[in-house]
Amino acid sequence: MLKINDLRASIEGKEILKGINLEVKPGEVHAIMGPNGSGKSTLASVLAGREEYEVTGGAVEFSGKDLLEMAPEVRAAEGIFLAFQYPVEIPGVTTINFLKTAVNEIRKYQGLDPLDAAQFLKMVREKAKMVNMNDSLLKRALNEGFSGGEKKRNEIFQMAVLEPKLAILDETDSGLDIDALRIVSEGVNKLRTPERATIVVTHYQRLLDYIVPDYVHVLYKGRIVKSGPKELALELEEKGYDWIKAEVEAETAQ
Amino acid sequence: MSTETIDLKTRLVTDFYAREAVMNGEAQSEFHQTKRQALGIFEDRGFPTPRNEEWKYSNVRDLISHQYQFAGEHAVTEEVIDSLRIANLTGNILYIVNGRFEEKLSTIVSPADQLQIKPLHEAIKERPELVSTYFGQLAKSESDSFTALNTAFAHDGVFIHVPAGKVVDHPVIIRFISDARAENVGSNPRNLFIVEQNAQVKIAESYRTIGEERSFTNTVTEIFVAESANVEYYKVQNEAEKAYHVGTTHVRIVDNSHFYSATVSLNGGFIRNNLNIELDGQHCEAFMYGLYFPDGKQHVDNHTLADHRKPNSYSNELYKGVLRDRSTGVFNGKIFVRQDAQKTNAYQSCKNVVLSPDATMNTKPQLEIYADDVKCSHGTTTGQLDEEALFYMRSRGISKNEAMTLLMYAFCEDVVSQIKIDAIREHLEGVITEKLTKK
Repeated sequence: MLKINDLRASIEGKEILKGINLEVKPGEVHAIMGPNGSGKSTLASVLAGREEYEVTGGAVEFSGKDLLEMAPEVRAAEGIFLAFQYPVEIPGVTTINFLKTAVNEIRKYQGLDPLDAAQFLKMVREKAKMVNMNDSLLKRALNEGFSGGEKKRNEIFQMAVLEPKLAILDETDSGLDIDALRIVSEGVNKLRTPERATIVVTHYQRLLDYIVPDYVHVLYKGRIVKSGPKELALELEEKGYDWIKAEVEAETAQ
Repeated sequence: MSTETIDLKTRLVTDFYAREAVMNGEAQSEFHQTKRQALGIFEDRGFPTPRNEEWKYSNVRDLISHQYQFAGEHAVTEEVIDSLRIANLTGNILYIVNGRFEEKLSTIVSPADQLQIKPLHEAIKERPELVSTYFGQLAKSESDSFTALNTAFAHDGVFIHVPAGKVVDHPVIIRFISDARAENVGSNPRNLFIVEQNAQVKIAESYRTIGEERSFTNTVTEIFVAESANVEYYKVQNEAEKAYHVGTTHVRIVDNSHFYSATVSLNGGFIRNNLNIELDGQHCEAFMYGLYFPDGKQHVDNHTLADHRKPNSYSNELYKGVLRDRSTGVFNGKIFVRQDAQKTNAYQSCKNVVLSPDATMNTKPQLEIYADDVKCSHGTTTGQLDEEALFYMRSRGISKNEAMTLLMYAFCEDVVSQIKIDAIREHLEGVITEKLTKK
């Protein structure tokens, strides 16, 4: 589904991603871990099409198409969803109106008729229930005055509504207490299907107690330096990142 | 070289004396003496230049380089009026065409004991005691050339009197139409609204141009809000590219009264709005909302003043602007807190989004505070659309254009939602949507 080949990207002339290789198949959950500043969020942003980053090399194929050629809205229509680390507050635009516009623009891209108000409302109510999202938040301005937990839950709710092929969760656990973390994770797990792939970007292992990955990758200095099964996350939790750093430094020194 | 071109000022002054010469005894009236005095001031000062600090960013050179037919004939019929109607708008709807109060086109639904509406020149004859008490109390010819010009030619316009204790159920909508289909037209509408104790009324001024020639509208409105009265006042400008508009509204509110306003400038070649509010009583409140949305080469200038003269009053102001293309905007908001006005609360905010590198916004907040126990704040921001919000929306599948439209609409809606006459608010939402999707 997703094939990343030697991806390089920089911001303001500084290279952050220095050759990423990763393949994600339908139904798989990949965790990307790594110390602060290793490039985890940059990878998520580049995949979603954030324009501040300049792709300086490599290729990304998504469902057989060149992802890097697509505008962010086209990527979304093709089935990529980024759950933001810091969801943006948008005063004056209600969550419901925002989502209705999004759903219908995506349907238009896919050659489908727009949903009418009744169909849309029915679908949204079901999805809200699924992720334990309070209906009253839907009528409020998007994320405005939402608590940290409400914002993250709103991200998962949007994911439920948009039904992406590939969901990228960027530090979804940051700023959440344990209860909020559990609710958000439950939402993500309910959305797991044999077709949908998920990339979980996180600094800490604790999220992976709830969202159990098939593979764990460690990103360090813009490269994936280690990949392994879910147990790798536990090892990192126990030993920290220093031993990985030491391994890498030793290799570069040779 | 043409020897026939005379400048606008000379032409106006000449007109004044020509009219005076054919007046009968009226030239001796007290009212005419006021006008004559105003003309003297206008003749002496002329139109303002950018050297005048109040007009620094609004150059009237282009406005005054043309001639206009004042109070001329027009061919605005019921059919034309029909084409300008605002859907679902009901109430007292008055038409002022090229500066003339057209009673035949107007509809008054409120009973006379609730609300009196007359052309100003009739009120001068029929309610001389009221007119002489209030006329020119706030709009001083000495303070501004355009006010002097308006006063010199004050004749038509709307006189509104709401007697004490009356709550007017239906809004008063005054539609100023410039019929510029045949020639350049000019008008000096002069309005006087007197709202007595405990009375309530909603009044809207709406400005439209029809035709392709130039129009020059120089309106002065004085509003007196007595003790515990409540006035909502809306001004909506949707004029043409060749429309020049200078509009001044003076308001005095006193003890326990409440004044609520929104000024929305959607279109017009050159717009200058002055909104001056005297808070001359305790526990009174003034709200000023504003929205301007120029494109092309349009220019919109809003000057506001909240003049706190007595203790314990409150003013709150929010103006927002969206500037596109080569348009220019000016916001000059002054808060004046006099020595006696302790415990004043006065807030002001002006937020702008500049969507084009060729558009310009000049903001100048001014606070002059002579009391020591007050709460005042002001803030202006001028910037582009929030990139992070745009990316967020695009990452959900919303196209860049649609995302910009949604963000802009939300930005404008903040002010538009303050308009409490439903039909006008809905009409504006429609015009804004159309304007947003045009480009």
